[in-house]
Amino acid sequence: MSEYLIKNGHVFDPVQGIKGDKKDIAIKDGKIVDKVGSGAKVIDAKDKTVMAGAVEIHAHIAGPKVNLGRIYRPEDKLFSCTPTKGMERMGGGASIPTTFKTGYEYAKMGYTTAMEAAMPPLFSRHVHEEIRDTPIIDEGAFPVFGNNWFVLEYLKNHEIENTAAYIAWMLRVTKGYAVKVVNPGGTEAWGWGLNCLSINDPVPYFDITPAEIVKGLIEANEYLGLPHSMHIHPNNLGNPGCYETTLDTLRLAEGFKAKNKFGREQVLHLTHTQFHSYGGTTWGDFESKAKEVTDYVNKNKNITIDTGNVTLDETTTMTADGPFEHHLTGLNHLKWANVDVELETAAGVVPYIYSPNISVCAIQWAIGLEIPLMMKDPMRCYITTDHPNAGPFTRYPRVIKWLMSRKARETQINAFKHKDKVLSQTAIGTLDRELSLYELAQMTRAGPAKSLGLSAVCGGLAPGMDADVAVYNFNPDKPVADPEDIEKAFSRCAAVFKSGVQVVSNGDIISNGHKRTLWVNVKTKENPQVARDIAEKFVKYYSMTQNNYEALGHHFVPNPFALEVDATN
Amino acid sequence: MTKTITDVICPFCGTLCDDLEVVVSDDGKKLLEVYNSCVIGTEKFLHSQAPDRVTRPRMHQEDGSWKEVSYDEAVEYSAQMLAKAKKPLMFGWSSTNCEAQSVGNEIAEISKSCCDNTAATCHGTTLIAVQDIGLPSCTLGEVKNRADRIIFWGCNPAHAHPRHMSRYSIFPRGFFTGKGQMSRKLVVVDPRVTDTAKMADLHLQVEQGRDYELLDALRVALKNEWLPDTVAGIPAEKIRETAAMLKSGRFGIIFFGMGVTQSLSKNHNIDAAIALTKDLNEHTKFSIMPMRGHYNVTGSGEVFAWQFGFPFSVDLTRGFARYNPGDTSTIDLLTRGEIDAMFTIGSDPGAHFPISAVKHIAAVPSVCVDPHLTPTTGVSKLHVPVAFNGVETGGNCYRMDNVPIDCRKVVEPPEGMLTDEEFLTKVRDRLKQLKGVA
Amino acid sequence: MTKNISLNLISGRTIQQGVAIEGGKEKPLYRTAAGIIEMDESDFKKLGAWKSTNVRVTSEYGSVIVKAVQTTQGPHPGLGFIPMGPWANAIINPNTYSTGMPTFKGVPVTVEVAMNEPILLGIELVQKLCGVKTE
Repeated sequence: MSEYLIKNGHVFDPVQGIKGDKKDIAIKDGKIVDKVGSGAKVIDAKDKTVMAGAVEIHAHIAGPKVNLGRIYRPEDKLFSCTPTKGMERMGGGASIPTTFKTGYEYAKMGYTTAMEAAMPPLFSRHVHEEIRDTPIIDEGAFPVFGNNWFVLEYLKNHEIENTAAYIAWMLRVTKGYAVKVVNPGGTEAWGWGLNCLSINDPVPYFDITPAEIVKGLIEANEYLGLPHSMHIHPNNLGNPGCYETTLDTLRLAEGFKAKNKFGREQVLHLTHTQFHSYGGTTWGDFESKAKEVTDYVNKNKNITIDTGNVTLDETTTMTADGPFEHHLTGLNHLKWANVDVELETAAGVVPYIYSPNISVCAIQWAIGLEIPLMMKDPMRCYITTDHPNAGPFTRYPRVIKWLMSRKARETQINAFKHKDKVLSQTAIGTLDRELSLYELAQMTRAGPAKSLGLSAVCGGLAPGMDADVAVYNFNPDKPVADPEDIEKAFSRCAAVFKSGVQVVSNGDIISNGHKRTLWVNVKTKENPQVARDIAEKFVKYYSMTQNNYEALGHHFVPNPFALEVDATN
Repeated sequence: MTKTITDVICPFCGTLCDDLEVVVSDDGKKLLEVYNSCVIGTEKFLHSQAPDRVTRPRMHQEDGSWKEVSYDEAVEYSAQMLAKAKKPLMFGWSSTNCEAQSVGNEIAEISKSCCDNTAATCHGTTLIAVQDIGLPSCTLGEVKNRADRIIFWGCNPAHAHPRHMSRYSIFPRGFFTGKGQMSRKLVVVDPRVTDTAKMADLHLQVEQGRDYELLDALRVALKNEWLPDTVAGIPAEKIRETAAMLKSGRFGIIFFGMGVTQSLSKNHNIDAAIALTKDLNEHTKFSIMPMRGHYNVTGSGEVFAWQFGFPFSVDLTRGFARYNPGDTSTIDLLTRGEIDAMFTIGSDPGAHFPISAVKHIAAVPSVCVDPHLTPTTGVSKLHVPVAFNGVETGGNCYRMDNVPIDCRKVVEPPEGMLTDEEFLTKVRDRLKQLKGVA
Repeated sequence: MTKNISLNLISGRTIQQGVAIEGGKEKPLYRTAAGIIEMDESDFKKLGAWKSTNVRVTSEYGSVIVKAVQTTQGPHPGLGFIPMGPWANAIINPNTYSTGMPTFKGVPVTVEVAMNEPILLGIELVQKLCGVKTE
């Protein structure tokens, strides 16, 4: 059955500028097409909302720190186990679902593509094993570069071409997707128990600043013309007053223009912006600087952001910002796991409870919503929870409810123990805006796809694109009686298609499809110096041989989809 | 003419050396020599082609003899056994690759088994402690490049992880440790003067089983508080000297093993060791790492965790995963007589479990998948020999620091022999038929 | 009345035991490597035994014949070491105290000379203790 016709649905597709018109969507052989024959299977989408499959631009769903979280938190499985049922493998985990559950939960909400936000390159085989075992959704992974010894040494001398050659090698041997930067320089400092809290703090021994690292990686990224931009988690995450470091970081992108053949227009993607928009000097005078940050991003169009919404759950934080996690365990005294990775990066894991009774958590919640409500261009602001850091991805329907319904926000604000502080320290009480379905489609489909350089492939319903389609039991013509209906509708799709195969029907998984691993294959000129440097560091400093590091056989990536980049200019 | 295969991974212990060179005959069929590995790894490779190797499955007969059967018959027995059992147990997994472990998980899910790996008798108590208190750790290359304070607590790498000290922890000249062993200070805590202790700058010959007290005393010493004259047989002065030495380093690491995981205080020992590591992080950079035994027990834990949510002692009997060490763990399940079928693979519980547990394996229908003859094959009803993983088949494995390395195949297995993955796949497919599952 | 001494027993790895298991647990080399108890010089004196004598080692949980050899990783008076394997596991403490982990290290044992009693091979020992019929 390779022909489908999704009939009579209200279509929201920013790629074609369709804002809720009743339109049929035709699918044939994995792609959206203009029309299909009479033998096509018909999906009745009357009174339903039809969008492209959603695109998750940043989540921690596959790899060593994700699994460390699973291993060390058996309690995360206590009330969240799902049994083997039909074709669904058993699953468990509320904040860190097992891989099968991860795929099913994303698909049931209409997500069809997800990016693993941080891959420590030494562990690429682990990341790909988990990606392989995550059903249905296409996935890619971002190797981290901001604390990598090669990058630190090359950029100290502003050797952009060498940095670019190294990035190309790394993306190829790890089958990675983009240049990810986490706490630039600070995580290398963490190898000695130190940190870099501003963009000008030099990295111990390597004597390069985060500013130089970030600018150099932007330059190298554009030199290569990669599908996605440099994707950054700036220094000083989570501290009162950190918004200054965020603005300093964003300013580093000034003057850079995107160069690529994938339709990408930004040179810097700022991730989980909520965690980077804090004012005040202590937890006592902690306040939102969402306005200051979004003002800057609104004016500077070569930047995209994602939100990092706090969902008010017990969750697990995990990040390559090792020093931050050590700091967090000092605050909440919950169990702390840490892994420093030779020559490359680190990771930390600490559980966290975002309690609605704690004023700081409530303010964080508000900031996460202020950001998308204050962003003028929904094509440059994407909804995430930095899963699982600010909350589990399974809460997206709840975040959508808060963004689409002022009433729902008010209900939550009224339930806060410290409601007064939330209203005084943030502007959430003053924001009337409610996202439309079209804006939602921009923020969760077309926008992230474009930022990732995938606008020709997914995030839209134009003929020729992959047939990734989600049908929601949400009637745009009916006024919303109860905001809970929004959350309910976006939790379980009526139907989901992935690459033209129906994978979800009435909220149940009916097929695993043929998931792909997305990666970027960059051709560059030969660079003997970089090749020598790589060989030398493997012999002297790595604990694994170069041949074994580069081994990523077919059994790890059974269905690869490479975006080809020719940077041999 | 011979051929040399480089970058070969040794499939014995958690050190997972990946720099072996194996020389094979020109036709690629015979394993001739192994370079760079320790004596145990060498034996593993060279012995794999011993002429007396068992190459076909065999069933134990009533009269005590063994009868050769085909792989198909072995598949049938295994699938029937798992299908009929009320509470089967699938144990081991540590000496095979992640691909096989994954198929094993499918089988366990379909047959509603308990599944467990050798952490049950090794670092299971470490995992329990980590689940209580966390784990500040690092990869072995960080030790090589940065560490100047090394502690081996309750472990004897000279015997159990022979190349650990030369590849990672004591001798290498790393980026910030250019003077090799001269850059480092070694502390060994062990009730015996082990061959590892003989190399130490400081050997704390602790009273056996009293490590918990000594770990606590070190934490007290770090805080400069009062100590009794002796703790666990070690004078207070020496304890303070040790604390001072650890504090004065730039990057320290505690490696620990069975001396603390298997003695009476079990997980509490590890909890105290991790707490000590956390305390040390107030003074300088410190990490802690378990010395994992089998070369892929870590991998089994990883695969169990990303597929079921727990790293060992997993009970799938109700159709979803449950975990409760002491209740769902292998030794206890066996000793309480709760298991009515035993499937062992990639491990040797017959040799390494207390005999009271082994008696229960002998009493029930049982399959043992192992290239060797072992005490487990000796008490199981069906012995299924397979290709040596890491020698005759490749596949992903995880080192003691959780780093994944894809093992290599250097020679073909004997004619007609299956790999773990192939055998398990056949069992899975037959089991699906028996259970009427798609 | 045979003389016996009390020791605290631990078990663990040795390189020789590692080599032996890869060579085949059915072979005599395994018995040589793991069917032994390493004792301190002073404990040999207390027992009044020659080195490399067969001894019977008994705990609350079982009894096994192994060869007493002089330790190369001492001194450790009062401590006996049987390498991990079926000989050790015939007598160590199987109780897990709800952790899943038996108490392989730290079980009180008595040792007495048993010069004429044979030390079984590895697989043979386990089969015998489990009552498994052999050819």
